[in-house]
Amino acid sequence: MNAAPGLVTESGQDARSLVIRDLVKEYRRNKPVLRGINLTIAGHGLTAVIGPSGTGKSTLLRCINRLVEPTSGEIKFMGQDLARLRGRQLREARRRIGMVFQEYNLVERLTVMENLLSGRLGYVPVWRAWLRKFPQADIDRAFGLLDAVGLERVALRRADALSGGQRQRVGIARAIMQEPDLILADEPTSSLDPKTSVEIMEILSRLAGERDIPVIVNIHNVGLAKRFAQRVVGMTGGHVVYDGPPDGLTDADLKAIYGGENWLDERP
Amino acid sequence: MSAPDPGLPLGRQAFQANWSGRIAFGALVVYTIYAASHLGFSWDRFVTGLGQGGTFLARMFPPDFERTQLLVDGMVESLQIAILSSFFGILLSLPVGLLAARNLMPPWVTWPARTIIALCRSFHPIIIAILFVKAVGFGALAGVLALIVGSIGFVGKLFAEAIEEISLKQVEAVRATGAPFLNVLIMAVQPQVLPRFIGFATYQLDSNLRNSTMVGIVGGGGIGATLFTAYQRFDYDYVLAILIVTVAMIMVAEVLSGWIRKAFQ
Repeated sequence: MNAAPGLVTESGQDARSLVIRDLVKEYRRNKPVLRGINLTIAGHGLTAVIGPSGTGKSTLLRCINRLVEPTSGEIKFMGQDLARLRGRQLREARRRIGMVFQEYNLVERLTVMENLLSGRLGYVPVWRAWLRKFPQADIDRAFGLLDAVGLERVALRRADALSGGQRQRVGIARAIMQEPDLILADEPTSSLDPKTSVEIMEILSRLAGERDIPVIVNIHNVGLAKRFAQRVVGMTGGHVVYDGPPDGLTDADLKAIYGGENWLDERP
Repeated sequence: MSAPDPGLPLGRQAFQANWSGRIAFGALVVYTIYAASHLGFSWDRFVTGLGQGGTFLARMFPPDFERTQLLVDGMVESLQIAILSSFFGILLSLPVGLLAARNLMPPWVTWPARTIIALCRSFHPIIIAILFVKAVGFGALAGVLALIVGSIGFVGKLFAEAIEEISLKQVEAVRATGAPFLNVLIMAVQPQVLPRFIGFATYQLDSNLRNSTMVGIVGGGGIGATLFTAYQRFDYDYVLAILIVTVAMIMVAEVLSGWIRKAFQ
């Protein structure tokens, strides 16, 4: 794949759309967390998924890249049903899907550069990973991404020496290193302060936007969702209860998503 | 929590009485007294023993370093036994420990691996050495094999436990990039466990150094045979010389392994 941003083919956009049909996940029998999700997510732009804690937002994202096994349903992406893939096919599909985590999930004892390059582990043979002999093109791209997220000075610092905001930048850069066709971000700002949260969302939407990679973000902060997303999906109790543009999200919708209404008055 | 209930009686217990603990401790005390009486310990025997120990110590001085060649040969062989057995023992412990880690492997893999570890752990190195001396004959090979088995039992178990304590979030992130299993091991598991592995490995090297001076007593090669012969011939001054050199070697090893551990922190 060509790394240069903006060169993503126009025809590739449709191929990148994600179609979820009747997705059900039960961790325990007959106690579904996801109760038949139907969603079609276009192959570009940022989609925010909002909803109360424990409503299955994380489960939904993790079903897409199969960190969680769906109980039933279809997840169509790039011409494959992700829910049915196994072994090598699953790994090859995962290479095309970047993920950003709430707690960054960097390998703490590796350097920033090593963490970035671990985004290429689906492509790099074992001996290269072992000897850290990554292809020069990957290393150049990693340095380019470090510049882009403002971390050019810490390439050789260990991940556990970074602040939360810096770690999440590395997390985003690691996802972009995969040259993905989809980015899943699971509460990427929930462990960060409000100012850093905005910076992280800006970086995420800018880097993905430049490459025209579709992004699905689980997010608690409705303000951030409205500010950065082109589309908002509201979930409650394992169902989708709102699906539309951020401007269309009314107080009545928020009440339907989160329940109650007292909290609405406490917004800044 | 609700408000304090006025109807509750005074003198409520803040801690529950641990009756099973008390009973177990009482039983332990009773058994210790019984066992001591049964084995025929007596104060007289102890006092006589002290006197004989004094004679023995007196005969050790001054240490006799005359038979240097024998001493050096024995020590070198012990050192070789320790290093060889540590190298192969730790090398074999890596896969065994990994296979025994329940967070990365399915039960049908961990059970056989855990059985191997349990078998290797069930006997003292000396007993295993006796088996190997019978199997492959006198000499260093038997000692090396015995200590390899001991190392697998000890280090394999510690490796497995270290792997079971890693953060799975880091593993999950690398797995999500589509990395094959071996790459996940190299980039997500190994960095988390390496410092502890180095610690266990150097500790096992220390331990094998000590054990390598013992396997000779049952014919497994090294300084142990010389030491045992010297005891039997009442060459206590030569015994002391061997003990001094052994202690010196182990202290040097201790310092070296401390450096290694620090370097991999």
